[in-house]
Amino acid sequence: MRPLMASSVVGDAASTLFGVIVAVAGFVAILGVVFFIAGRVTGRFQRPVAIVIALGPALFLLLLGLIIPALTTINNSLKNQQFLGQPNTKYIGLENYKYALTDPYTLQTILRSFVWLIVVPSITVIIGLAAALLLDRVKHNNLLKTLIFLPTAISFVGASVIWKYVYSYVAPSQTQTGLLSEVVMKLGWSNPPNWITSVPVNTFLLMIIMIWIQVGFAMVVLGAALQSIPDEIIESARLDGANGFSLFRTVQIPMIRNTVIVVLTTVMITTLKVFDIVFTMTNGNFNTDVLARQMYADMFVTSQVSRGSALAVILFIVVLPMMYFNIRQLRRERTER
Amino acid sequence: MFGSILSPESDSLATSWADFEKCTGITIQYTGSNTFESDLPVKVNGGNAPGLAIIPQPGLLAQMVATGTVKDPPAQTVTNEGNWNDAWKSYGSVDGKFYAAPMSSNMKSLVWYSPKYFAANGYTVPTTWADMMTLSAKMATNMTGVAKPWCGGIGSGTATGWPATDWLEEAVLGTYGGQVYDDWISHKVTFSDPKIQAAMKTVADWMLNPAWVNGGYGNVQTVATTTFQDAGLPILKNECGMLQQASFYEAQWPKGTDVSENGDVFAFKLPAVDPSISNPVEGGGEFVTAFADDPATQAVQNYLSSPEWADSRIAVAPGWVSANEKVDQTLYTDPIDKISAKYLADPTATFRFDASDAMPAAVGSGTFWKGMVDWFGGKSAADVAKEIDASWPTS
Repeated sequence: MRPLMASSVVGDAASTLFGVIVAVAGFVAILGVVFFIAGRVTGRFQRPVAIVIALGPALFLLLLGLIIPALTTINNSLKNQQFLGQPNTKYIGLENYKYALTDPYTLQTILRSFVWLIVVPSITVIIGLAAALLLDRVKHNNLLKTLIFLPTAISFVGASVIWKYVYSYVAPSQTQTGLLSEVVMKLGWSNPPNWITSVPVNTFLLMIIMIWIQVGFAMVVLGAALQSIPDEIIESARLDGANGFSLFRTVQIPMIRNTVIVVLTTVMITTLKVFDIVFTMTNGNFNTDVLARQMYADMFVTSQVSRGSALAVILFIVVLPMMYFNIRQLRRERTER
Repeated sequence: MFGSILSPESDSLATSWADFEKCTGITIQYTGSNTFESDLPVKVNGGNAPGLAIIPQPGLLAQMVATGTVKDPPAQTVTNEGNWNDAWKSYGSVDGKFYAAPMSSNMKSLVWYSPKYFAANGYTVPTTWADMMTLSAKMATNMTGVAKPWCGGIGSGTATGWPATDWLEEAVLGTYGGQVYDDWISHKVTFSDPKIQAAMKTVADWMLNPAWVNGGYGNVQTVATTTFQDAGLPILKNECGMLQQASFYEAQWPKGTDVSENGDVFAFKLPAVDPSISNPVEGGGEFVTAFADDPATQAVQNYLSSPEWADSRIAVAPGWVSANEKVDQTLYTDPIDKISAKYLADPTATFRFDASDAMPAAVGSGTFWKGMVDWFGGKSAADVAKEIDASWPTS
């Protein structure tokens, strides 16, 4: 029985792989034909055809993967739908938005998401900037930089699993399995709390995980910006008597201002979408819920699809201005150089 | 086939239908997920429904039926519905129409303990709630260090909180009997109702008692962060006296643990809070629901509703009970299965299905779970009740 099952699994895998190869080959062949035809088009039609061919697939995928789902979600958020595929739903206007802004639990979730939005990006940028500045003065800084950058490569869920061990709690009289408890007990705190259930400390403990992941990204981007400041400017500032902090404040910071803003908004957008960390660590319990997590629960666990959709739209609306700001800064920076 | 049963339990399933597969040439591909309740609606709505789903909640079954994607059971399965008593049949039906045959059943009203530890300390198995409370108090004074009379854990992924809903359900059923329990499910009796508040007080004196909980792990709050799988393990180290958990907890004991009346662990029936309530038994179960009606799927569906399959499943591995009345009761070898089968089939028992699974999903899989976690995290019973009541869907 067993070997038979095993071989059928191998067979399944082989046929799946074969299917994938055929599909990819077919796709490449179609592309080849399209490009061949496009290449032969000349004269008046050359430019429009090129635009359609270059933009068409991207627009199509955008439509399929972003615009249609966004419209569906907005549509859902105006209904009284409770579960996916529910028949006989009706439109109830902005009722779900009213609920989101008046229900104490949801309101708390929204406010908590704002706290995340303010704390995580600012601390990430501060630590990233400090690391970039200080590590420049350390010899053989590559190893240190790599170590700080490493968490960026870890998935949010992976990071949460690692930090779960850091925050885990057992009674003080037992062998400690949590790093944090062990450290504070070594420092003389005889009875540390159960970290993950302690409000409001737990929210900040979760934020640390996010910061830990993002700092490497901030450090690398800001470090590159700092390096790109021409040496002559630093030199002349030095001659004018600027040193250390004043050099940093009056010359370096203004020079990399745009990069700081880009990093800040990028981290902000990632932070607003935080889901995995809260989901894995607490599942939103113990007053740690955030927008994306509650949206997921409404949509897929507790059968309140329309309420979840409203939260998704709120999340989307909050992210939009930051996106705009981010892109504008990137553009401006590009034109300045 | 898609379900919430994970390995090693799902391995026994695979073995139980191996002969059927060999005989018919049908291959059953089973996938288990610990986020089954949230995955299934997504799969179904995305047009990617499994052929068969093993749904553990009547509420979710009703929801799936409402989407119009659930296929009518084949004639043979409908005939087989006679294998279950009316209570079970009704849980597999929506609006009086039978859709899903029960597959397995489990007995929730059990308390796990260590007979060896009890014997060594001269404790006897309590038969009334008052005895159980007295025993707990006695244990608490005798135990030292991290050891406490009760242990518990309610962590369970997206379903975190469910074991605590069971504790409250046991208290409600054991204090007031079936009628109040049913009214509670339909929200005629609210969580803020003095009756439910009193039941919460009963649970608070028991599982939220700092002197009694949480054996092996620490204070009451650790109940909220301990997974239910890990909850009972301190019993083996004599760090915890008792654990209220369903019959399926048998699968959690490490290999080599002697589960028997005089062994390392065993279970007794949780007594009724009010002795005048006749044998309150809370149970759960899974229902085989079809989303496809090709002959192979129907054959599997029929097979799973037959006593032959149940017998075959019992023979494979202990730790499994069927509510199928035609099952050969003598096949049960495992003492826990024997107890479970005895009470689940007892005509004098006040049997009810897990209440949270029967409440609307917004409550049963949402605020009820969350409220229990908050409660064990330190929130007051009144506030928890208020929040759950406020979340009850109006439409």
